[in-house]
Amino acid sequence: MRSYEKYFRMNRLPHIWCPGCGNGIVMKSIAKAAEQLGLDQDNTVIVSGIGCSSRASGYMNFDTLHTAHGRAIPFATGIKLANPKLKVIVITGDGDCTAIGGNHFIHGARRNIDLTVILFNNNIYGMTGGQASPLTPTGKKATTAPFGSVDTAFDPCELAKAAGASYIARGTAFHAKPLVDLIAQGISNNGFSLVEAITQCPISYGRRNKMGDAAGMLKWMSENAVPLAAYEKLAEEQKGDKFPIGVLYQKTAPEYSAEYAKVIKLAQGGK
Amino acid sequence: MGIEITTLKERCKGCNICAAFCPKKILAMDTLGKVYVTDEKACINCGQCELRCPDYAIYVEKKVEK
Ligand SMILES: Cc1ncc(C[n+]2csc(CCOP(=O)(O)OP(=O)(O)O)c2C)c(N)n1
Ligand code: SF4
Ligand code: SF4
Ligand code: SF4
Repeated sequence: MRSYEKYFRMNRLPHIWCPGCGNGIVMKSIAKAAEQLGLDQDNTVIVSGIGCSSRASGYMNFDTLHTAHGRAIPFATGIKLANPKLKVIVITGDGDCTAIGGNHFIHGARRNIDLTVILFNNNIYGMTGGQASPLTPTGKKATTAPFGSVDTAFDPCELAKAAGASYIARGTAFHAKPLVDLIAQGISNNGFSLVEAITQCPISYGRRNKMGDAAGMLKWMSENAVPLAAYEKLAEEQKGDKFPIGVLYQKTAPEYSAEYAKVIKLAQGGK
Repeated sequence: MGIEITTLKERCKGCNICAAFCPKKILAMDTLGKVYVTDEKACINCGQCELRCPDYAIYVEKKVEK
């Protein structure tokens, strides 16, 4: 028993995720970030969509809301506007966040509303058996792309940046320790934060793409994730499958619930 | 002195992540596919196994002498 486990609903463990699924590692990083910040369980809300990753809300010992596929950000927006004092954390999958929920994602970022979105990116629709998502890399196999995906994948961090998010970071399940800090910084940021956590789905993605078992997929992360400063020094031809990790972008910008509160005051006759 | 490795077999799913990253190669899966420790004395308390166990089924601690 570890101290961060107070943030789990212990009577719900073991969780339902497959052997070797990275979701358990990322969920632990969220619990550790909550502990690092000393988050109050009665003033923190976890909101998720639908998917394997979105099941995490059911295991976390906060006020939690398991919503509809792709709709976690709108529910979270409502919660934040109803009670701006709450810390609101969104747990979402790559399909949930960038396919069916893609529009909500960009508009949440555009508003810079104070939510922390933790995107569990396993590059696939895990729960439904391995259909391609907008984050499936070109050439990777899925049930809907048996010869390899033809589409170009989104970079969700670039997408969030262009849309207006004020804190953007990427980590991996292999780099589980630094992921805790990236999440904690995201929660501390007063605005829309995206933490993309690269995680392994050995069952619906790794197996089909001959990436080895869960440990093999984690090893792939260790070999290809590069801290941002070092990544920027790589020549184009060295980049290959490599991707930057760490805090990728930060800015200060007006936060939506604070701006909205001003409108409420005006509408009620205040100055 | 002394390191204690605790395994929770009821949580372990036998994914082998802990064994694959253990630098001392002292973790293995039993016939039921659950983790077990082959040589606790060789453990260096690096915490690699606990860090990435997706099922919170292995803990490593320095034994406190009472
Ligand atoms: C409106 C709606 N459409 C489709 C589905 C079926 N569905 C359930 S989970 C899922 C995809 C999950 O993929 P992702 O968001 O990447 O999460 P993962 O399971 O990989 O963690 C889909 C399409 C649904 N539940 N609701
Ligand atoms: S299908 Fe993939 S994402 Fe879903 S629980 Fe299994 S390994 Fe994890
Ligand atoms: S990493 Fe955890 S779940 Fe996987 S084999 Fe080791 S103890 Fe079991
Ligand atoms: S603490 Fe390190 S040496 Fe000891 S069992 Fe775990 S991974 Fe192996």
